[in-house]
This record gives sequence, C-alpha cells and structure tokens, in this order.
Amino acid sequence: MSDWPKVRLHVVTGKGGTGKSTVAAALALALAGHGKNVLLCEVEGRQGIARMFDVDPLPYAERRLATGLPERDRAQGSAGGPGLVHALHIDAESALLEYLAMYYKLGRAGRALDKFGVIEFATTIAPGVRDVLLTGKVFEAVQRNSRNKGAIQYDAVVLDAPPTGRITQFLNVSNELAGLAKVGPIKSQSDTMMTLFRSPRTAVHLVTVLEEMPVQETADGISELRAVDLPVGGVIVNLVRPQELSPKDLTAVEAGTIASDLAAAGMTPDDDLVDGLLTAARDHAERRDLENTQRALVNDLGVPVYELPRLPQGVDLGALYDLASRLREQGLA
Amino acid sequence: MSTRTRVGPTGLTTAPALDVDRLLDDRSVGIIVCCGSGGVGKTTTAAAPALRAAERGRTVVVLTIDPARRLAQSMGIESLDNTPRPVTDVDPAAGGSLDAMMLDMKRTFDEVVESQASPEKAQQILENPFYIALSSSFAGTQEYMAMEKLGQIHADARRDGTYDLIVVDTPPSRSALDFLDAPERLSSFLDGRFIKLMLAPAKGPAKLLGAGFSLITNALTKVLGAQVLRDLQTFVTAIDTVFGGFRQRAMRTYALLQADGTAFLVVAAPEPDALREAAYFVERLSEDAMPLAGLVVNRASAPPSGDLSADEAMAAGQRLRAKDPASVTAGLLRLHADQSRSVEREARLRAGFAKAHPQVPTAVVPALAADVHDLSGLRRIGALLADSGA
Repeated sequence: MSDWPKVRLHVVTGKGGTGKSTVAAALALALAGHGKNVLLCEVEGRQGIARMFDVDPLPYAERRLATGLPERDRAQGSAGGPGLVHALHIDAESALLEYLAMYYKLGRAGRALDKFGVIEFATTIAPGVRDVLLTGKVFEAVQRNSRNKGAIQYDAVVLDAPPTGRITQFLNVSNELAGLAKVGPIKSQSDTMMTLFRSPRTAVHLVTVLEEMPVQETADGISELRAVDLPVGGVIVNLVRPQELSPKDLTAVEAGTIASDLAAAGMTPDDDLVDGLLTAARDHAERRDLENTQRALVNDLGVPVYELPRLPQGVDLGALYDLASRLREQGLA
Repeated sequence: MSTRTRVGPTGLTTAPALDVDRLLDDRSVGIIVCCGSGGVGKTTTAAAPALRAAERGRTVVVLTIDPARRLAQSMGIESLDNTPRPVTDVDPAAGGSLDAMMLDMKRTFDEVVESQASPEKAQQILENPFYIALSSSFAGTQEYMAMEKLGQIHADARRDGTYDLIVVDTPPSRSALDFLDAPERLSSFLDGRFIKLMLAPAKGPAKLLGAGFSLITNALTKVLGAQVLRDLQTFVTAIDTVFGGFRQRAMRTYALLQADGTAFLVVAAPEPDALREAAYFVERLSEDAMPLAGLVVNRASAPPSGDLSADEAMAAGQRLRAKDPASVTAGLLRLHADQSRSVEREARLRAGFAKAHPQVPTAVVPALAADVHDLSGLRRIGALLADSGA
C-alpha cells in the first residue's frame, strides 16, 4: 500500500552524486503498476533517462519508455497487466513555443520571438523564466486540459528535478517571477501552478546518501521547502551498504575464527586473505557506524524514510526494476 | 611524468600517473583550476593540494565556492566577505602560507558594475529587477564571477606579490564545461539579437526594423505586460555601456587560463556520468589549448587484499552459510566479493577513459570512511593524492 495515494506529481530532488535520477526512474517504474500510466520528466538537458533506459535521446515529446514493474500478487495474464512509463525531455525553448501556441495562438509572432532571440534572452537572463517554462510543462502534464487535444492522461508524473540546493527556488515559481511580472497573464498562470505544487497532490522527495554533507543539505532543503509551504514527501536514502552484519559482530570477529571458517569452506586461509578480511571488517564497521550516526539524523527529520542498497555492479535496466520493487515494498509507490 | 600508456595487471589500460607534488612545487605554475561535475569532491580536491602546496613552501590562496560548513569553519572562512583570510594552523616550516576565501557571487557582480559605471548609473543598474535576477541567478553567473574573481586576485597578486599560487574551485554545476563557457555565454547574451533590438529605439530609427519589431513588442506586451517591457528596456540600455568592459575582462581572464602558468585538474568520481563529463572537459581543454595537468578520480573503492576473486568469495561464502546461516565470515566474504566487483567496475570505467585519453596523467584517491572537515583531513587527502602518483 502506497504512503502517497493522493500524490499525482512526485518531484525527486537530491544532492549531486546521490543518484536522484536513478531513484526518479525507479519510482516511475514502481508507480506504473497495474494499468497505470506514468510520465517521467527530465528538465536539465542531460538525457539521463535515455542513457539509463538505453534508448535514443529523447525529443520534446512524450515517448513510450518501458513497461512498469508488474505487481506480484496479480496472476499472470490477468486483465490489464502492468502499466506504461512514458518519458519526456523538457527544454525551455520548446516549452515556451508550445505555451505561446496553446494559449495565445501566437503563430507568426511566436516564431518571430524565436528568430529575434527573445526566447534565448528570456531563458538566459532569469532562470526564473526558465523555471516557470519547465515547471509549466510539468504542470500541464499533471493537469491536462482540453487545449492539449488527444494527450495521454497520466495517473502520476515523476519529475527528475534540479538538485536540492535549487529545488525550492525551482518550484516556488510565483515568487521567482514576483519581481519581474507583478500582474498580467504570466502572473496568474504561475499562481495556478503554485496551487498544484502546494497541494497534497504534490510531494517533493529528497534523495540522500548517509554522509554528512548530503544529509545536512537534505535537512536544509526540507526546512526551505516547508518555509514556502511546498509539500515535503519522503527521504530516500540511497547507496546503503550491506546491513547483514552487525557492527558488534564486525568488531568482535577474530583472525582465528576467519581462518578456521575459510578452511571449513574448503579454502586455504593464507595470512594475506585473513588479514584482508579482518581489515575489511573493521573498516566496514567504521563506515556502518558513521552511516548509523547519519541515519539517526535522517530519522529525526520527521518524514518517511526509504532505503535503497548500494549495487556493486552499478545500475543497469534490471537493477532499476530491482530498485523499483524495493520502493514499492517500502510504500513509496 | 611518463606519458606512455601502461597496461595494468588486470590487462586493462591504465593511465600514466599524475605527480601532484611535482605540480605543486613547479614555481612556473601560478594558477590551478579544479573542474568537474557536481558531487565528485571538487572542493576538497581544491583545498587539499592548496594546503599541501602551502606546507611545501608556496604562498597560496584558495578560492572556494561552496564548501561544507565544517570545512569552511576549520579554514576560518564561514563568512562570505569576498576577501581572502589567512588559514591558521598551517605548518609554516617550509616558509609557505595559505589564505582562503569563499566567493560571494552577487557581491562580485555588484563590485564590477560599481567599478565600471558612474555612481548614479551604477545605482540605477543595481536596483533594476532584471539586474537583480541576472546577478543572483543568471545561468552561469557563478562561473563567470569565479572567473572574474580569479582575474582580480591574479592581478593583485602580480602587482603586490601577495601569492605565488592561486587554487580555484569551480561552482557546483551539472557540467564541468559551464565554467569555461560562462564568458562566451555572457558575451553572446549581450551581443544577442534581442538586446540589439531593445537597444535600437534608443540608438537609431526603430522603423528600420519595421514590422518585426512591433510584432515582437506586441507579443511581449501581451504575455509579460507593459511594465515588464519598460523595465527590460531600461535595464538593457543601462547595462550596454557597462558591459563592454565586462566582456573585455572576461576575455582577458579566459586568455589567462590558456597561459602556461595555469594548470587544470579535472576531478571525477569513478562513475559513468562523472567520467563522461571529465572526458568532455578534457577534450574541450585540448581544443582550446588549455593546459591540463591531469585527472583526479576521487572516492575510489580500495582493492581488497589477497588474490581471492569475487566469484570464489561468493561461492565460499555460500558454502559457509549453508552450514551456519549466521556466519560472520560468510558475510565478510560477501563484502569482499562486493568490493572486488566495485574495484573491477571502476577499473573498467577508468580504462575506458584512459583508452580514449591516453595522455592524461591520473591520480586515484581512495574513498575515506568519514567526510573531510578539518586541516588534518585535508592533509591526509593531500598525501593520498601525492602517493597515488608515486
């Protein structure tokens, strides 16, 4: 059962290097359970989705990406089957042209704006404008209306968002524009967007790893989001080290035990190997200790916490489904 | 420094080793720029060699962008005041010293405006909403201002003999290239057709532009409202005079980066995205004839000792677990296997990089258990950096 049944827009942020795009992709697969349609959006022009799913670079158009993670308790071949994940690469220029066409019927003028570099200007000078265009398209995908004829209605939209340090600014669009546009259509449009972003239909999830700086940044990010009434979702702790061994066992284990165990497993326990395993045990215990200190801080943040393991072989398509099923088991999806 | 590509024991291509101490001791190197994508430990990789160089006798200033709070505190730079401050507890035995500063982007921008325009004009610009947006959040302002500050410090250091080495950390951006692209982006922005268009009524007969112009102003008024357009026009007119100087400065600093006294350290983590960014950056440096000192791969998994392969460790672990499900040794064998796999994977990634860029000297720094937040941590990283090249 999902912890977030009402949420239509899942925003996934995180410090650089914590695996936020991986988590966003896994979440999209997890949400696309039985018959559900999910849209996975990226806004930073990095084509990370295309690389993760090994497809051609994505255009500014919704493309069918993958089937969702099947639900285990449903019999194979029962009606429906898993849902679909679509992907969309949003860039500010295309979003503006589409917006102008959709709302202002600015056919010739829209193209002139492009030709005279207005769009480049607008998106360069103030990321505020850029952000509004990017979030505006996300808004449109969540809240489809009759202007976008024949578009797919999504049950959920997952946004692979800018990093934690920028997320509040990114979503707080009406504030960003306040200095530039006090009245007029852009202002009222950004107000409508804020209503969705501040509602229980949106959740901003933060991805972190159990290290000092990312955890600190996550805590800061949560207070910043709360300060402007943006709804904080869960914290996803990524790249967690294996938990099977307790720190107590790790520090208590002795060379003699390891040597005899290795012999029992039919191996020649040379000193190098025994020492290596012993050093690894102490080292792992130290890292686990540090992780636990950070985990305690994460658990004190007052939001649901989900954990994903470190995968020694790296993340491929199979691993994404594995991570998706872990997210679903823990209730993020 | 050998430039021949070596083939490592695993049969994978390995890069020539980066000799960090030789770089730090080279008096002809006056600027070291650390570049890399976000989350790869760039700030630490700037601060650690800066400290090491100081303790090896150089007069160093390190320009950081966004250090972790505790690291900033330990270096005495938690306040943003745009002025280098001496770092205490640096070992002075070799005759060197270390100053540090944290970049205040908006302040640097304001200072440039103030130095380029008359007081009234500066005031007018500083208060314009578009300037405020530009100076606090222009995509590339941080990069551009880091470069501006580097130019200033370099000019001061040359004039007053304050520093003989400047180490620069670059802003946390998605792409390492953003740093190099910033001046170009600002210039092309200021030379953009739209700015020219907005300036046209002030400079000459707008009717030359004819229907295009009114089409655009009408469309903009419709979308943005008339007030926004007026603010914009004021802004564009005001900055036009100031930014001529701006552009020149940016180009001068860019030329400084191409000079022989500069060395780039490209920082990456052993992950596909970070190494791909590093590769783009290395290619770009060579296209622009910029001096690359080498690649630093942070957070590497340390190879487990012993010659037990991952598969053997997994198999032995399973045999043990069959007898005793709670076996600690079985757990350790699994850790050993995971670690070997990470090491293999990272070696493959680095080999891919070395194959495509065989000339790039590389230092591999193993991941530390804890975050670096004091000078002794920085010293340790500095030593690891130096050792990895030995």
